[in-house]
Amino acid sequence: MKKFLTLALVLLLSLSLIACGGEGAKEEDKPEAEGPQSETIIDNEEVDKDSLEEITIGLVTDVGGIDDKSFNQGTWEGIQFYAKKFDLPASNIGYLQSTSDADYIPHLSQFSEDKKDLLVAPGFLFEESLKKISADFPDQKILFLDAVVDAPNILNALFAEHEGSYLVGVAAALKAQDAGKDTVGFVGGMDFDTIQKFEAGFEQGVLAVDPDMKIVVDYVGDFNNAEDGQTLAAKMYDAGVYVIYHAAGGSGNGVIKEAKDRVQNGEDVWVIGVDKDQYSEGVYEGNKSVILTSMLKGVDQAAYDVCKLTAQGKFEGGTVIYDLKANGVGIPADNPNLTEEWTKTINEFADKIKSGETVVDPVPSRVK
Amino acid sequence: MLKKRNHLTLSLIAIAISFVVASIVMLLSGINPKIFFLSLFRTMTGVNLQAIGKENFFNARYLGEFIQISLPIMLTGLSVGFAFRTGLFNIGAEGQVIIGGVGAVIIGVLFKLPWIIHIPLAILVAALFGAFWGWIPGILKAKFGVSEVVVTIMLNYTALYLGNYLIKALPGSDNQKTVTLASSALLQSDFLRSITGNSRLHWGFIVVILALIIYHFIIEKTTFGYELRAVGFNRDAAEYGGIKVSSRIAYSMAIAGAFAGLAGAMLSLGTFDYGRVIGAFENYGFDGIAVALLGGNTALGVFFSGLLFGGLKSSQSLMQASGIPLEIANIVSALIILFVAMNNGLDYVLDRLEARKRKKNETN
Amino acid sequence: MDNYVVEMRNITKVFPGIIANDDVTLQLKKGEIHALLGENGAGKSTLMSVLFGFYQPEKGEIYVRGEKVDIKSPNIAHELGIGMVHQHFQLIDNFTVVENIILGDEPGGFLVDYDKARKEVIALSTQYGLGVDPDAKIEDISVGMQQRVEILKVLYRKADIIILDEPTAVLTPQEIEELVEIMKNFAAEGKSVILITHKLKEILAAADRVSVLRQGKYIGTVNVADTTEAEMASMMVGREVNFKVDKKPANPGEKVLEIKDLWVKDQRGLDALQGLSLYLREGEILGIAGVDGNGQQELVEAITGLVPIEKGEILLQGQSIVNERIKSRINKGIAYVPEDRQKRALIMDFRLDENIILKSYEKEPLSKGHILNQEEINKKGNSIIEEYDVRSSEGIDTIVRNMSGGNQQKAIIGREMDLKPLVMVASQPSRGLDVGAIEYVHKRLVELRDQGKAVLLVSFELDEIMNVSDRINVIYQGKITGNVIPEKTTVQELGLMMSGSKEVDLA
Repeated sequence: MKKFLTLALVLLLSLSLIACGGEGAKEEDKPEAEGPQSETIIDNEEVDKDSLEEITIGLVTDVGGIDDKSFNQGTWEGIQFYAKKFDLPASNIGYLQSTSDADYIPHLSQFSEDKKDLLVAPGFLFEESLKKISADFPDQKILFLDAVVDAPNILNALFAEHEGSYLVGVAAALKAQDAGKDTVGFVGGMDFDTIQKFEAGFEQGVLAVDPDMKIVVDYVGDFNNAEDGQTLAAKMYDAGVYVIYHAAGGSGNGVIKEAKDRVQNGEDVWVIGVDKDQYSEGVYEGNKSVILTSMLKGVDQAAYDVCKLTAQGKFEGGTVIYDLKANGVGIPADNPNLTEEWTKTINEFADKIKSGETVVDPVPSRVK
Repeated sequence: MLKKRNHLTLSLIAIAISFVVASIVMLLSGINPKIFFLSLFRTMTGVNLQAIGKENFFNARYLGEFIQISLPIMLTGLSVGFAFRTGLFNIGAEGQVIIGGVGAVIIGVLFKLPWIIHIPLAILVAALFGAFWGWIPGILKAKFGVSEVVVTIMLNYTALYLGNYLIKALPGSDNQKTVTLASSALLQSDFLRSITGNSRLHWGFIVVILALIIYHFIIEKTTFGYELRAVGFNRDAAEYGGIKVSSRIAYSMAIAGAFAGLAGAMLSLGTFDYGRVIGAFENYGFDGIAVALLGGNTALGVFFSGLLFGGLKSSQSLMQASGIPLEIANIVSALIILFVAMNNGLDYVLDRLEARKRKKNETN
Repeated sequence: MDNYVVEMRNITKVFPGIIANDDVTLQLKKGEIHALLGENGAGKSTLMSVLFGFYQPEKGEIYVRGEKVDIKSPNIAHELGIGMVHQHFQLIDNFTVVENIILGDEPGGFLVDYDKARKEVIALSTQYGLGVDPDAKIEDISVGMQQRVEILKVLYRKADIIILDEPTAVLTPQEIEELVEIMKNFAAEGKSVILITHKLKEILAAADRVSVLRQGKYIGTVNVADTTEAEMASMMVGREVNFKVDKKPANPGEKVLEIKDLWVKDQRGLDALQGLSLYLREGEILGIAGVDGNGQQELVEAITGLVPIEKGEILLQGQSIVNERIKSRINKGIAYVPEDRQKRALIMDFRLDENIILKSYEKEPLSKGHILNQEEINKKGNSIIEEYDVRSSEGIDTIVRNMSGGNQQKAIIGREMDLKPLVMVASQPSRGLDVGAIEYVHKRLVELRDQGKAVLLVSFELDEIMNVSDRINVIYQGKITGNVIPEKTTVQELGLMMSGSKEVDLA
């Protein structure tokens, strides 16, 4: 009898686990899709809904999953915003989540065979798979974010990270000046051109505010090593660095952790986040965060724009650069750690870049 | 003496129950289980039952992908099964896959050879790398009695980081992958691609068939396999019979590692054509535990359970596209494992049911 | 209604493929010692498990003190005053006697009233003459004392129906006598005892009545006073049984095995053998008598190579074998029937044929170039089955776990004799076997000796030693303390040597 009870209990437990799992899955199905407003997506062109084709859109996520609070989620939000705004039926948009990079090709093939009007792949991890898919399905329109595959049916959306980095450089310098400090720092993931763009923009932004400001630069050598990131951050803070801008993915989490530890010990140091608004990751007490601001990439903007282009019949292969002007990069609308005055200054610098008055060089001075 | 039901019956019942429970879960979440089963069927046969007679009711790509995805997990199933027959629990297949895959990549990147030498060499090196990675816990267990479970878990992490380091250290690698491997080392085939609607099916299936046959032959037909099984069931009696128990343990783990290493070759030379830096475990080793458990550690059992788990894995695209969340297939896999692992309990419940039936018949 | 304290009527218990109890009836009177006799697998344990609530019978009724009861679990059995002393003790080694006894039934509320329990245990121990030290730790007391702790556990829970499952298997002759006394005390106090056994002498010594089971069926109940050993044996086995081992006088030849000053440590690192020396000649059976735990295990494992030796010499036909591996000793002619056949001698989940080749699978024609030849293996298996009368449901394909103990032992003896050994080391070869199988084992050992082979027989049963051996060595604390001829000694004298009180060297 006891045995039977145990068995029943195990069954019950597994059932309840499953039930939770099921609900979780359901919630993930629709990560917030309320109302056709977006804080981050800008569209000034008025379009008649009827002039748009009713398209189908498929997103394949990388291994991070749909709720990664980063590329996958941002892209999906852009697609959802498009669907909401132009009243696409819910069944017209969908995503396939990958659990391993071995899933990319079958997932991309699935949507291509389903004849989606637009296939979206966020992130450079899709590079190898898209080479094959674009050849296997030459008629499939594909949006590839943040890297380039040369194929007539792929639209590559790149981001002008150096422009966004310029703005956070301005923010860093303003904050340091205000505190009477003279040194800021940059921590990169790996030392190659894509990441050097962040360094270059940051450097120019800082110097634009204060030509005497010292900038310490170092690279972790890895995007996924929080411990090394933390060690490096500790070294920099010890050397008198006041604000660190990290472009180091997972290793950057170590930078944030080090800053949190120090602030809790009464020190005054800051971090600037990357890719998305990292404010919440820097929270150390109540609502206070060590994140001064973040350099955002507008993957949602790119996804939205390309959906619209596709519906208008204007999709074309090639490479588009999402810069400050195109709302491809920027800082969060809400920055609790920046004063209004600073935000105003930053916006002035942004306007200069948009107008072409200031040109940001994507190559850092140390490389030249 | 209680006569145990055979493993096949219990496994089939476990699968059936898990499908039923999964169906209930789907109904509760507002999903039609019919879609699940149609998708699974379509993935494993390529046939769309809802479009019979229509154009495109058959898609060979599904079939090719399904087989391709099943290959590495059959091999990790053999790996876990082989160790298990010697009474060892190889949790380290995951790491052995990674190291084996790195071995194949090294041969593929560094050498230029005619394919007739290059492919076998790459596969052999993958097996040897995997074997070495399995031998370490084996020898530690044999000589010092260190638990192979603990060592293999540690070695999984070691393999993950060492593998990534080696991949990045190869000439031409960036921080995500190596250069494309020499085509003479690849198992990929335009011919197989073309007959399966551009799936990733590759010649590795021949390796897997050979591995299944070799597994069966070693375990069932050789004195070595006899010794391994004897050690697996009863170390004391094996020792009494004059079998060198500790050396058999080390060999067994090494051979188990070799099977897992082959799975690494399938991935590096077949599924992909470059070596990858991986951020986290990809669960081929853990799938292998499930496959071996369900397959009763026999070659034929591993073959069929490998197909089932491969089917569940490869049905992901179709299921997600049909609105069944990723979690459902994972739940089904987990349920199968749960019910197979509970087979004693299952046996007990079946006994009860039969006894009740008998009592009823008698009173009537 | 009659005054039976327990009555089990028409009990039928079926397991898949086997009827373990087929319409069995058992009637236990108040204040009697009732023996339950049967071969292994006759259904004794199943019947007691039904009474103790482990199994539910398919058919039949149980009455306790005249009332019909439904014993669904051991807890209900406890409540009914039924207690069982299992063959394998369930004691915690580093707890004291009292702590073990009160475990699971602690007096007092949240805090254990240890003193009260201790007093109660002492009272019970004195009342029934158990003589247990309440404060000793289990690991420090003898097996016989541990058994009494188990008995005290039952008494402490106020049982008046006490089931003893093969209680004498682990005891010395003196301890057995004392246990009989204890059982008689119980009966005198009005408690009822069920004694599960297959040893006829004990029944004659202790029991009032005996019920016999054979192959799950109830054969009958007789008064012990009105029966004989031979009658009980034939009821149990279903045919006439020969108790005296038939053998011609021995004709010993050359020394084939010689052990000189052997020192071996046991698992705890203590010296189990302390300079033991003995010799064994062709054509003789040397019996090693002694109480369990005096180095017998280490002696046989040192000869067979399963444990390393500290120092000393083991000579086989004059050649030292101390540095030889196990397999090489097997090949040089040392066969071994271990005491614990399920742990050592058999791979219980292997088929019978696979077990039969355990020591010969590397030899042609069973295998060639590392490839097993199943056809030859089948042939070998079938020939052993036939020659040694091994019975099983599916022949050589039977999983050994599903075979009876007697047939398992026959298979082991067949395998070892088939090696054509020079020396047969047999440790407790009749342990747990019924009279029919014991008779068989003894016959085979004598047969080996008659072929001029040497047999080393280790046994804790003095009857077996006296009956089968041609010469007896007594082992006590890792040394040989006696070397005698069975015809020229008595069980009493052996008992004295076994306890170290006397040393004799006659031969």
